[in-house]
Amino acid sequence: MKAVLLGATRGIGRSLARLMAERGDALVLLGRDEDALARSAADLQVYGERRVGTARCDLSDPSGFAAALDAADAALGGFDTFVLSAADFARPAELEADDDRCARLIAVNFGNSVALLEAVRRRLLARGGGTLVVFSSVAGDRARKPTGVYGATKAGLSHYAESLDLRERARGLRVVLVKPGFVHTNMTAGLPAPPFAGQPDPVAARVLKAIDHGWPVVHAPAVWRLIMLAVRSLPRALMRRLEF
Amino acid sequence: MTQLSGWGRVPTLEGLEQLGEDLAANCRAASLSRGLGRAYGDAALPWKAGAVVAGTRLGDRVLAFDRATGVLRAEAGFRLAQLEHVARAAGWVSPVSPGTRQVTLGGMVAADVHGKNHHVAGCFGAHVRGLRLQLASGEALEVGPEREPELFDATRGGMGLTGHILEVEVALARVARPWIVVEEECAPDMPTLVAALRAASRSWPYTVAWVDLLRRGAALGRGVVIKGRWAEAHEAAPTLPRRSPADERLAVPCDLPGWVLAPWSVGLFDALYYRLHRWRPRRGLLHPDAFFYPLDGLRAWNRLYGRRGFVQHQCVLPVDQGDDVVTRYVELLVQRGGTSFLTVLKDCGPEGRGLLSFPRPGLSVALDLPMRGASTQALIDALNAFVRQAGGRIYLAKDALTRAEDFAAMEPRLPHFDAVRRRWDPQRRLRSALSVRLLGDAA
Repeated sequence: MKAVLLGATRGIGRSLARLMAERGDALVLLGRDEDALARSAADLQVYGERRVGTARCDLSDPSGFAAALDAADAALGGFDTFVLSAADFARPAELEADDDRCARLIAVNFGNSVALLEAVRRRLLARGGGTLVVFSSVAGDRARKPTGVYGATKAGLSHYAESLDLRERARGLRVVLVKPGFVHTNMTAGLPAPPFAGQPDPVAARVLKAIDHGWPVVHAPAVWRLIMLAVRSLPRALMRRLEF
Repeated sequence: MTQLSGWGRVPTLEGLEQLGEDLAANCRAASLSRGLGRAYGDAALPWKAGAVVAGTRLGDRVLAFDRATGVLRAEAGFRLAQLEHVARAAGWVSPVSPGTRQVTLGGMVAADVHGKNHHVAGCFGAHVRGLRLQLASGEALEVGPEREPELFDATRGGMGLTGHILEVEVALARVARPWIVVEEECAPDMPTLVAALRAASRSWPYTVAWVDLLRRGAALGRGVVIKGRWAEAHEAAPTLPRRSPADERLAVPCDLPGWVLAPWSVGLFDALYYRLHRWRPRRGLLHPDAFFYPLDGLRAWNRLYGRRGFVQHQCVLPVDQGDDVVTRYVELLVQRGGTSFLTVLKDCGPEGRGLLSFPRPGLSVALDLPMRGASTQALIDALNAFVRQAGGRIYLAKDALTRAEDFAAMEPRLPHFDAVRRRWDPQRRLRSALSVRLLGDAA
């Protein structure tokens, strides 16, 4: 596998990249912080033995997307897998208090993410297909009181990814939509953890399995599939009363 | 804000564990760094309720690993479990393994952990070649045997009070095969057990004794001496199976009621364990994780002790006046009505360079005691009085209940440690619940 990862310097992406490096996949990391990229590349070279490339790419700046993808293509001789696990996150109170902050989150998590995935889609289709791995969230599965704008961006991203999969799978482009439940990472630090909260390493192992099998949707940890099935079926009147 | 505690869950404190991948930025506003929370007592708890501690576990990248020399440098949150995974594949192992692999490199340095091979290998800190520390002033500094050696010595075993450990560079140990050759020997009473352990330590690099303290009378302190060494090339396969016995396949799902772990149940377990090992002592090859980390396979085993938690009393007792000091120590425990559900005996070698590092020549005894409020405190006080008199000392990484005057009396090196702290952190900005309790820091 020749994979490009945006968001793999931290969180689930970091764990996933280690698993891929360890089994010998060729990797290029994209990210906005060059020091973090260099450190993560060094780390991955210990888990695997291949050299790991890096290129600068900031999800809040679409003008740099093409150059980053060119660099990744050049380093890998044409990548076949793209993993987008970077995203912005803020608590609802923070977003409500600051319209600019809110607009930035919407842009990064939805508009710019879709723009990047579109650019990748074109490249992969032009070479006969590949795999697009899109990290969305269970927060996009059903509106709940605290999901707010963040959940809305993830719902949009999930919708986009699903539609893409329906349309392009026959042409060789597999889309794997990842819906992590609550996972203990930097993003969720300080939030009260619900039962069934997961750890990045086992979650990443499940995501890799989904990538290898081409599952169109994967909840991780797996139990969140059942939890969200239940949550989706709750009546609105009840959802108005619940605080979770 | 969440409830923070150590592994023994005594005490529990409201606090904020701030997490971040960038350790230097993450610890800037914190008075203490905290790894995986495996210190038993209050070593990794904030100095007051509501204060911020910097969690290091997301800073877990390897920065360099030289497969030829075995020198590894990593961020402080890198876990021993990860280290074993990465290093074994290249023929290297950690030079020192504590009782769990769920600890971070930073925590291993801060507690200057020791293992079953202390009598030959010393503490983990003895194998550390350098550290990157973020001082109380916010300045980051590289320390090592040649650079600021005094600060380096104070940091190894300094319980995180000299600076936030950002990076650790350690020299790993080369092994021919990643398997342990194990041999066991049963002893019917305490004096025989102690003698067998001391004899074993003369020829085996890894030794430890499991002790049954539930059996009273002449058989008090019977137990099993477990001896190990790394296998030679002709003795074992070059690789390990994919799954490790320390993988968390089982978990204690919730706090067990207090009556489950009680003298009757543990007594039964101990009797079975002893008979099983007497009937069929283990001999031959063992997975290293089963040897070093036997409890890791059961996630959250601290819940076995119920909501009230437990404390550990680990002390090292000098044996210049005779081996019977250990027998007298456990007799004191029994006299005071104490029950230790897990008791481990180890042989300690020479004292290392860490200014507050625990081991010194003698025998280390670790008792796991269920927390029963004031009576447990009184028991710890009595045991500490014994340790003081015997010229021993306690292990800070396990401690929750020792009093400052007892600790000061056991620790002649404390003024030196204080002086180093004064030099680098005159305002004592870096502190913990432990340093407030034992080192006189302002609460």
